[in-house]
Amino acid sequence: MANKVAIVGIGQTYHKSNRPDVNMPEMVGEAVRAALEDADMNIKDIEATFHANMETFEGIYMPDHIMAAEMGGFGKPGLKVATGGTSGGSAVCEGFYMVASGLQDVVMVVGYEKQDCGDTTAAITAALVPSWSKGAATGAIGEFAKQALSYMETSGAKEEHAAMVRLKADKGACRNPYAHLKLGLTSIDQVLESGYLVWPLRFLDFCPQSCGACVLILASEEKAKKITKKPVWLADVEVVHQEPFRAGTFGDPTGTETYTQHVACENIYKRNGITNVRRDIDLAEIYEPSNWEEMNLYEHFHFCEKGEGWKLIEKGVTEMDGEFPVNPSGGVIATNPIGATPIIRVAEAALQIRGDAGEHQATRDVKTALASALGGPNWTTLALLKREM
Amino acid sequence: MQTTSEKIEGMDVWLYHGQIYIPNTFSAGATGSRFLTTIRDKAKITGTRCKECNRVYVPARSVCKDCFAQLKEWVEVSDKGTVLSYTIDSEPKPIHPTDAPVIYGIIQLDGADTGFVHMIGGADPEQLRIGMRVQAVFKPKEERIGSVLDIKHFKPL
Repeated sequence: MANKVAIVGIGQTYHKSNRPDVNMPEMVGEAVRAALEDADMNIKDIEATFHANMETFEGIYMPDHIMAAEMGGFGKPGLKVATGGTSGGSAVCEGFYMVASGLQDVVMVVGYEKQDCGDTTAAITAALVPSWSKGAATGAIGEFAKQALSYMETSGAKEEHAAMVRLKADKGACRNPYAHLKLGLTSIDQVLESGYLVWPLRFLDFCPQSCGACVLILASEEKAKKITKKPVWLADVEVVHQEPFRAGTFGDPTGTETYTQHVACENIYKRNGITNVRRDIDLAEIYEPSNWEEMNLYEHFHFCEKGEGWKLIEKGVTEMDGEFPVNPSGGVIATNPIGATPIIRVAEAALQIRGDAGEHQATRDVKTALASALGGPNWTTLALLKREM
Repeated sequence: MQTTSEKIEGMDVWLYHGQIYIPNTFSAGATGSRFLTTIRDKAKITGTRCKECNRVYVPARSVCKDCFAQLKEWVEVSDKGTVLSYTIDSEPKPIHPTDAPVIYGIIQLDGADTGFVHMIGGADPEQLRIGMRVQAVFKPKEERIGSVLDIKHFKPL
């Protein structure tokens, strides 16, 4: 039986396209100190550090070698993970495993990406298999363009629904002091009038490249009760990997593929007695690089029936003041410092449970939340968070 | 990308020969930029001092690895120092800043607690030894650009 694991400290940087004023370690240090301040802790109390970064995206290899000082990791156990978009989610799993196993009591999970350093699309292309992927490589954008077309064709969703998702995200981002893109959008026409990035994906349908970092401090039950009056319990985590689909990585026109989201959420729901997702969970922070993928993920995570994701946004179910808020932070479409992004999902879910999300606090009381990450060829990590356990 | 088909152990194997190229820009950051521009503008080598353990880091660092203290106190160190170790690379390579042979040294400047990696120049290889005293030779002001190579090399005293 796993020991209980609490989130006791949360810190993040602000996020933007360029941060030439700091180097990678200095940027990470900002989030580390913010998390220590949130937990009112000293770096000496941290036993180990797990960090997430997709090093090829910066073109700075083995960033571990410049990170120990600013992460406060010198002389401590530590591991770096690089699993594409799920890197931060994998690091959360690492931290969870260590505390849940009882091997360590207080650990730090650090995620960062400084995309003004490199060329993410070139790096994604470089990762692909030359035999049948590389020649058709379009980075993440092309994959999500194919997903958008598949979703349109199979679900009956209209471009207007995707635009509604973007408006919802922007409303949240404008209220989130840390968010990157705060566009102040007022109508779906503004989204529909934005040019094509890769058809049918429009400029406002896709996430930016952000620089930023996010940090969580995880602690055992005994330590957590001494550190904070408001621990958020990390009840469970899940990670599922696979290889690219035959038909398409994120959108499956054959309708026959098993997505890692299905496997991951069904595992975590079963272990935690979740039988009706929107009844048993109050809010989700999901990793949606595009508005089209957000509607797709509603279906994959069983927030609704297959083909009905667009109906949730049409009915306002997933709005900040809706019955089942999704990404009141503004989500990934507003802010995407890749290695940090999944950790921001967990951090934002935890802030909602603590009631500390400020201007973007959901209207309904949030006792249980789900955080997801997506990456590589459609890999999935999940975290289930609870106020009471 | 070049592709070839080769007979290997009875199989006809298809091979892709590529070279991964990723554009990259690295900011020296707040602390590193100040260290470099001080060399450029004033021909002075500076470091940061940790108030908790009193160690002076050269090149300047933003955080003390032992104390996690943010290093805000800047100190000027001497342009003279002691060679802690060295090596001689005789093989010309494109990445070398100067023609071969290149003598790389780890130099502890007077007033610093750390080693600083740079080149030793104007020295006869026979003359090199650990513990020898050296001094920074700065490039003329008009040639200094904010690079660590604004210090041409360290010459034996």
